[in-house]
Amino acid sequence: MTNRPTMIEFQEVHKYYGDYHALRGITASIRAGEFFSLLGPSGCGKTTLLRTIAGFEDISSGAVMIDGKHMEHVPANQRPTNMVFQSYAIFPHLTVEQNVGFGLRRAAGTPAEKARRVEEALEMVGLKGYGRRAAHALSGGQRQRVALARALILKPKVLLLDEPLSALDKKMREQMQVELIKLQRQVGITFVLVTHDQEEALVMSDRIAVMFEGEILQLADPETLYRRPNSRRVAEFIGVMNFLPASVLGESGGHVQLEVAGLGRVDIEAAQGSGRATDGTVSVGFRPETLTILYEGQTAMDRETPGTVDEVVYYGDMTYYDVRLDGVDRVVRISMRNVFGRPVLDIGTRTRVAWSAGALVLFR
Amino acid sequence: MAKATRWRRFTRSEAFSGYALVSPTALYALLMLAAPLATIVAFSFFKDGYLTVIREFTLQNYVDTWADPVFRAILLRSLFVSGMVTLTTVLIAFPIAYYISFNVSREMKSRWLFLITIPFWTSYLIRVFLWKVILGYNGVINSGLDILGLIDQPLNMLNNVQAIVVTLAHAYAPFAILPIFVALEKIDRSLLEAGQDLGESRLMTFWRVTLPLAMPGVVAAVLIVFIPTIGDYVTPQLIGGGKVPMVANLIQARMLDLDNKPMGSAIAVSAMAIVTLVSLAFLLVNRRFLGVQK
Repeated sequence: MTNRPTMIEFQEVHKYYGDYHALRGITASIRAGEFFSLLGPSGCGKTTLLRTIAGFEDISSGAVMIDGKHMEHVPANQRPTNMVFQSYAIFPHLTVEQNVGFGLRRAAGTPAEKARRVEEALEMVGLKGYGRRAAHALSGGQRQRVALARALILKPKVLLLDEPLSALDKKMREQMQVELIKLQRQVGITFVLVTHDQEEALVMSDRIAVMFEGEILQLADPETLYRRPNSRRVAEFIGVMNFLPASVLGESGGHVQLEVAGLGRVDIEAAQGSGRATDGTVSVGFRPETLTILYEGQTAMDRETPGTVDEVVYYGDMTYYDVRLDGVDRVVRISMRNVFGRPVLDIGTRTRVAWSAGALVLFR
Repeated sequence: MAKATRWRRFTRSEAFSGYALVSPTALYALLMLAAPLATIVAFSFFKDGYLTVIREFTLQNYVDTWADPVFRAILLRSLFVSGMVTLTTVLIAFPIAYYISFNVSREMKSRWLFLITIPFWTSYLIRVFLWKVILGYNGVINSGLDILGLIDQPLNMLNNVQAIVVTLAHAYAPFAILPIFVALEKIDRSLLEAGQDLGESRLMTFWRVTLPLAMPGVVAAVLIVFIPTIGDYVTPQLIGGGKVPMVANLIQARMLDLDNKPMGSAIAVSAMAIVTLVSLAFLLVNRRFLGVQK
């Protein structure tokens, strides 16, 4: 995966709307054939960045390259990209097959060949036999499939997806996530997805760029992003992360010695200390599933700390406990799988929490 | 007993309150529109008895009307004039509506629409008269050209079909701009981006996406302009100077000048039938564009 050639390259891309600085020097590259996500809260510039690839937005300075070609004077209709719009943008005056075949007008081939390609594209997205339906009579999920077929039929080098799943209900969304991943593997085209849903990005992407206020804060694969967020902002945006105040005692031989509230003295590897804190305070972060509540007779593999259960949230397969560690004035969240035979603890229960220094991330 | 409860239930129903709400308007329409129309239709089948109407059924009025070469010529001219007016109006209105919808910023749109409705502040009659001042023998254009030394003697621009077309097109332009503007406003802008994304130029996107989606507005504009202009009375009278009469002028002459009410009614009903037929044919031709936008 890492040795694949570059498909899209952003070089110091800036975009201004009047005084508003929407993109603040984006430099990144997207590899050929990967499923790439632009993730961030609304207003972070992710959609603007996507639209600079499609050619719907001019950039104020910098360069956007697609497949090694400079895109500055290339209009949207001549770029090797196709887009699935957030609203799907299905032409309401055309039938399903006319929508899917819209971009084939200038393509080579007889009408019969084009009709066959439309048929194949519809089959690929699971809409075989829907060709003659009126587009405005389709459901949300079907519209999305038509939009996909309409874009993929032109065999673009890059498929751009602007929050394509946000209008669907939860069940449909999860189903489409899996279908999109399969489809991407099948066609081998570079997919660039814009989403504000961190879970969706983690599930679907090969790599994710996390954006805040017109900048990419971190660009990494989902696991790195989840386990080693490079800043508190990224850590807070992706999943749940507990933070405890800490102070650095010393650094030596690739290790950092810390004093963490509630956990005491901890020795971590220097690689765990790459996180940035925005406000200058030093803290240590860890995910809920890296902690374990110890039941009677169990002992910790590494370290353990006593505490009191403050809140219990039962999810069926999981239970979330908010535990107040002794000597700290805030709770940490711990997720436990509800294994058969293991009772759910009550609020106020005294307990011991097992943890490991290797799961900590230092932000400073 | 059963009848009484049913009536009581009806008076409490939503349908009843609906009827109650429209009844004043319905009554007005019945008295002021349907009744005179029915009278006209009835008259067209009666005999003319010079200054009186003899209430005996006959089809002779229609036979005479359609056999009259003057009627046929005037009807054809009326169709031609209002066809030209419609074409001119819609062709002028479309770019204006397009500009307001696509190029004017959101905050400025209402100001533009306000400007477009300004002609309505003066009466139709005055606006028609205005063109007499502009096009007249000693009018604005002639004196302007004279001052510039471009002409030796004034051009004769009044009393012809072109002058009628110009006047009516100006008078009806706002009626055409507004429905087209509304249709353009309803178009989801991402559809236009999708058109370009799928490889079409801006011009082809206009042709394949914008225009078909704007057609409901265009059809409405055509009908709004075509139907009233074919029966226009004032403009042929004032601008045409009575030299190029249209069908309304003919009806007026038969009804009042010659006092042949059955004949006038037959012409009126015939003209109405023709307008209805032309409009229905136009709707039929454009039916695939209508009712697609949800």
